[in-house]
Amino acid sequence: MTSTTESASSTPTSPETARPSGTAVVVGGNRTPFAKAGGHFAGASNLDMLTTTIDGLVARLGLAGERIGEVRAGAVLNHSKDFNLAREAVLGTALAPETPAVTLQRACATSIEAAWDLANKITLGQISSGIAGGADSTSDAPIVVSDRLRRTLIKLNRAKTVPDRLRLVGQLRPADLAPVAPNVNEPRTGLSMGEHQALTNLRWKVTREAQDAVALASHTQLAAAWDEGLFDDLVTPYRGLTRDAALRPDTTIEALAKLRTVFGNDHADATMTAGNSTPLSDGAAAVLLASPEWAAAHGLPALARVVDAEAAAVDFTRGTEGLLMGGAYAVPRLLARQGLTLDDIDLVEIHEAFAGVVEATLAAWADETFAADEVGAPALGTLDRSKLNVAGSSLAAGHPFAATGARIVATLATLLHRRKAALVAEGGSAEVPVRGVISVCAAGGQAVAMLLEA
Amino acid sequence: MAPPTLPAPLRGVSKQLNRAITQALGLTEAVTLRRTDPTSVDAPLTAGPVLVIGSGPDADAVAHQLHDWHLDVRRNLQAPTQQRWGAVVVALTDLEAPGEEAERVLALGGVLRELARSARVVTLSRAVADGDAPAVAAARGGVSGLVRSLGKELRQGATANGIELADGVGVTDAAAIGTLRFLLSARSAFVDGQLLPVTGRGITPEDWTRPLAGTVVVVTGAARGIGAETVRVLARDGAHVLGVDVPAAGEALAAVMNEVGGVALQLDITAPDAGERLLERVARGPFNGRLDVLVHNAGILRDKLLANMKPEHWESVVAVNLAAQVAITTTLAEAYPGLVQVSLASTSGIAGNRGQTNYGFSKAGVIGATQAWAPVLAAGGGRANAVAPGFIETEMTASIPTMQREISRRVSSLGQGGKPVDVAEAVAFLASPQAGGINGAVLRVCGQNLVGR
Repeated sequence: MTSTTESASSTPTSPETARPSGTAVVVGGNRTPFAKAGGHFAGASNLDMLTTTIDGLVARLGLAGERIGEVRAGAVLNHSKDFNLAREAVLGTALAPETPAVTLQRACATSIEAAWDLANKITLGQISSGIAGGADSTSDAPIVVSDRLRRTLIKLNRAKTVPDRLRLVGQLRPADLAPVAPNVNEPRTGLSMGEHQALTNLRWKVTREAQDAVALASHTQLAAAWDEGLFDDLVTPYRGLTRDAALRPDTTIEALAKLRTVFGNDHADATMTAGNSTPLSDGAAAVLLASPEWAAAHGLPALARVVDAEAAAVDFTRGTEGLLMGGAYAVPRLLARQGLTLDDIDLVEIHEAFAGVVEATLAAWADETFAADEVGAPALGTLDRSKLNVAGSSLAAGHPFAATGARIVATLATLLHRRKAALVAEGGSAEVPVRGVISVCAAGGQAVAMLLEA
Repeated sequence: MAPPTLPAPLRGVSKQLNRAITQALGLTEAVTLRRTDPTSVDAPLTAGPVLVIGSGPDADAVAHQLHDWHLDVRRNLQAPTQQRWGAVVVALTDLEAPGEEAERVLALGGVLRELARSARVVTLSRAVADGDAPAVAAARGGVSGLVRSLGKELRQGATANGIELADGVGVTDAAAIGTLRFLLSARSAFVDGQLLPVTGRGITPEDWTRPLAGTVVVVTGAARGIGAETVRVLARDGAHVLGVDVPAAGEALAAVMNEVGGVALQLDITAPDAGERLLERVARGPFNGRLDVLVHNAGILRDKLLANMKPEHWESVVAVNLAAQVAITTTLAEAYPGLVQVSLASTSGIAGNRGQTNYGFSKAGVIGATQAWAPVLAAGGGRANAVAPGFIETEMTASIPTMQREISRRVSSLGQGGKPVDVAEAVAFLASPQAGGINGAVLRVCGQNLVGR
């Protein structure tokens, strides 16, 4: 395919024209269905998944052979072999090989961070199109060997003679051969994310019932979105998996209530179960952003505009704030800067690593004292739950860490675009914006919030 | 004692079975058919020099046209030195009474031993028209029997096909010459024993090797098999393709569409809004509102003897293979009155097949719908035709038990199964402007399978 714009592959040497349009829009997205750890994608690497996901996006939007301004993508569980992951993925796709790529990481906020970066570059006119993405496999996690084995292997590689090699091998003890279990605990506290959230739940008095209700809504709303065909335009099947594997369309509040608790069991009245915590999962997601001019020149829709974004980090190491509470800071600051309140927001996407994150975040948003003393921005008040995670969320979809942000950005932009189209079709004004806000918490006490508008 | 005499059709089967056993023992190979080389489309167009038999103005005009394509055209029967005939074109358009054909047909007979591998015999004749005098109709009608019988005599991958021109269509009109070109070329490798009716003039493409350049084509069922191959051939011929398949086939669909620089649309064609979603997608980039051709390829099998047929077996087959097509064309033709439609029928819809009452209904229904759409679309400048594949080597037919599969292969004049690309070539031909004179037709791609016409 050829194109009239600067991004045609036939003119790979032409520079991306500076176009300070001041606007970046979400054009389309794609992701794999999300698999359970050790399930359908157990044999797939981050590179496989990221490549296939970008290829699915390219096929959906008809971009084969196009030179995109930049691909920004990353993974959280990184293999050393995945050096230059994003660029290697680009070279494996149908995109023009002249498409530059950057590998980045901000824990679970990796791909929303990538989308934010690209939106800024597009807004500045430095690039006119970009793909943000993320992939993570908890099945194909990097295995760490003992330090002694690692040092010996390095020496073995350098040894020249057979006796030297035999001597080095002879130094190894059976215990050296045991792999060191991959560890996703917070390095500074030694606590797992679940244990951290259990502490946060205690502080914000988050009940088991409230968490189970969040989990139930996630499953029923995600199932409904699948049935309505929302994901026909957002997901491409992969390795025989056609729907998110964690999704339980028939789950009930009774079934969730029967599950035994898995985190916080050393506290009284533990509340966190496998049902209200996200499962370890494998998958990838990508989202295309562009200037409105680029989208128009390619005849592609501007689903929603990226209005603004905000990152936050909290000091969880000394116990002053919960590990996953960054969203309680990032979103109020973001809305305050934009002069908006929750009433101005039509859809709210809170990624929940655990259902407790949603409950604690919403409680914090409503807390006047917390807003004044901790956030330094006005309290947001109580959220109308009918705006929350309307097409399901991480609990039901799964949470391949780096993929989650791109999943949510593409899904929310599509939802906002449809809602706007429906409102206009009903005689509403095309001038009235439909807004959505995203909150993605991340390891290290971080979070990224983003405001989209259709 | 004389050997028992088998009825004629069974003698054929018995002979074919013997050949199947021979094949199983590894003694002979079915000849590899000459097919289009994607890196050198239509070059060479034929497997060797072309002999034009006939002496009237039509024969002269055809010879002239072939010469313009840089073919080595001969008018006398002397075989070219150290070469075999790549094709023989027999001009029979002037027949007015039985007997007038004899000299030319016998001349053809005289050169049959000098045909190249995958050679072509193509007749040009007039279709029987209402009001033809009996003698005229007899001579014209006879040609079809000649072609179909000759197809069964030819060997080494050679085929016999005919073009039946309606009165008023000249032999050098784009539709006539375009059909002749298709039948002469490697594109028609598995088309045998067929007579294509040409009733209109058609349009000469700017580039015969890329006749679909600049067009937008929608192909359903594009993720695999015949659909995927159709996408590739359409793209080779210059089309920009929107490939459609069910969401569950999305991964394969994306790979096929990226291969040809097309667009993938995950869509269940039985969805009530399928037509609208297609319109919505062609409205956007890179198609920007253009739509020229709709290929109804998507189809499913739910084979059961009727006695064991569950409602869902019947209903799903009819919904996907027939009802969805009618609904989608209705929606698209409203927005694009000049739509060119090519639908996949099947020899099962023509001859019937045990265990396929549902499939046979749906595919015969496709032929019925094609004939009904033809005048409707023609009114807007479009047309509707069908392609009926016979035994094609696909994932689906690979699951048929070995012996049955071998028989199915062998009961065609070409002694083998076709490839998905053979069907794709026929679809691409009917989609292209030079096929503009063909409307409401069913083109079989079956290697002249034993059954039906």
